[in-house]
Amino acid sequence: MIAIVRYNAGNIKSVENALLRLGYDCVITDDVKTLIEADKVIFPGVGEAKSAMEYLIKHGLDQVILNLKQPVLGICLGLQLMCSESEEGNTKCLGIFKNKVLRFEETDLVPHMGWNNINALEGELFNGIESNDDTYFVHSYYAELSEDTSAICEYILPFSAALVRNNFYATQFHPEKSADIGEKILKNFLEL
Amino acid sequence: MLKKRIIPCLDIKNGRTVKGINFVGIKDAGDPIELAKKYVSEGADELVFLDITATIEKRETLVELVSKISREIDIPFTVGGGINSLEDAAKVIAAGADKVSINSSAVKRPELISEIATRFGSQCVVLAIDTKYVDGDWQVFINGGRTPAELETIDWVKMAVDLGVGEILLTSINNDGTKKGFALDILEMVSKSVNVPVIASGGAGSMEDFKILFTKTKATAGLAASVFHYGEIPIPKLKSYLITNKIPVRCK
Repeated sequence: MIAIVRYNAGNIKSVENALLRLGYDCVITDDVKTLIEADKVIFPGVGEAKSAMEYLIKHGLDQVILNLKQPVLGICLGLQLMCSESEEGNTKCLGIFKNKVLRFEETDLVPHMGWNNINALEGELFNGIESNDDTYFVHSYYAELSEDTSAICEYILPFSAALVRNNFYATQFHPEKSADIGEKILKNFLEL
Repeated sequence: MLKKRIIPCLDIKNGRTVKGINFVGIKDAGDPIELAKKYVSEGADELVFLDITATIEKRETLVELVSKISREIDIPFTVGGGINSLEDAAKVIAAGADKVSINSSAVKRPELISEIATRFGSQCVVLAIDTKYVDGDWQVFINGGRTPAELETIDWVKMAVDLGVGEILLTSINNDGTKKGFALDILEMVSKSVNVPVIASGGAGSMEDFKILFTKTKATAGLAASVFHYGEIPIPKLKSYLITNKIPVRCK
């Protein structure tokens, strides 16, 4: 069973739909036992970092996520919450990745919205994905590059399009909205 | 590099697409899902569904349709038409829409913008503006382009972005249906006046119109309906044409 973390962030439905299209059973849950026992956990979300972190802490989900041993995939806000801290509301985040999350300087349109190519792809998540394939992004904050960066995207500056550390994976783009390429990335995660 | 987006718009009435289409290989030309899937397979970057259902009672049909679209479609899509309240927006977002588009309702009650943006984020709120060049000014029109809103387009755009709009969908009434190209001057004025993406709509008649749009203005997306529905501009052909002309677009 695949568990999708339920918390106060949006856009969870489309992740569920993507999994259903791929033929996987999944459950949207904030139940600790279900999350711990799931084969894989997806931590998606569109929302605001501070209120999301406060919600996770209040419901004890921060510690649960940190201690998960199975493959975990953060998406968009999920990725940002897995970093050390976010400039959005000066929020201390989960610290799985050591990156800081910063706001784009408005030298171009913010949010970064639309299809952009990813490169410097590393790891199993990108099996069968070619450098410069396009994925769909919508975000105003970005994770800096670090040793955990497993894909790079350039908009205003180069930033982490994906991160990986141990059993934790994360993408800033939305695989569930990235057509065939996104489907392949999700499938790679589900088959880990 | 961020790609310029090509967005087909589907008009929906009582859960069915209303404009005729002549695609080969589509079993049911009125089924929005069939048409949407066709566009996705051809490389459309996003889709806009515009509900033109007249009666309130039929609104539930739209929400059911949005759920179905969300189950079948793996690219972002916007739903507009008849979204008059936060509750209306919440319903289609809960059903799986990535963004909602609001138009007359926002002119009548601008706070609607901040209500939706606060709850779901600015990236969810597309402001659709129907603009018309009258007496030397680009004016805002509402109620399907019939009623002057007594607002200048640039003033409205700035105010709406301050209230939390994340994207502008700008349709020129003068150009719409003419197939003579997009309204470059107002598109450029709007793009320069705010720091959010602008989707150009109204007037696309040829592939060159898209090239001119993306070279002469800062618009980040081009939207059209009939030229796509009637197969006059096949999306794959449009994208190869744009790439040949050095305009960054996503290729499947």
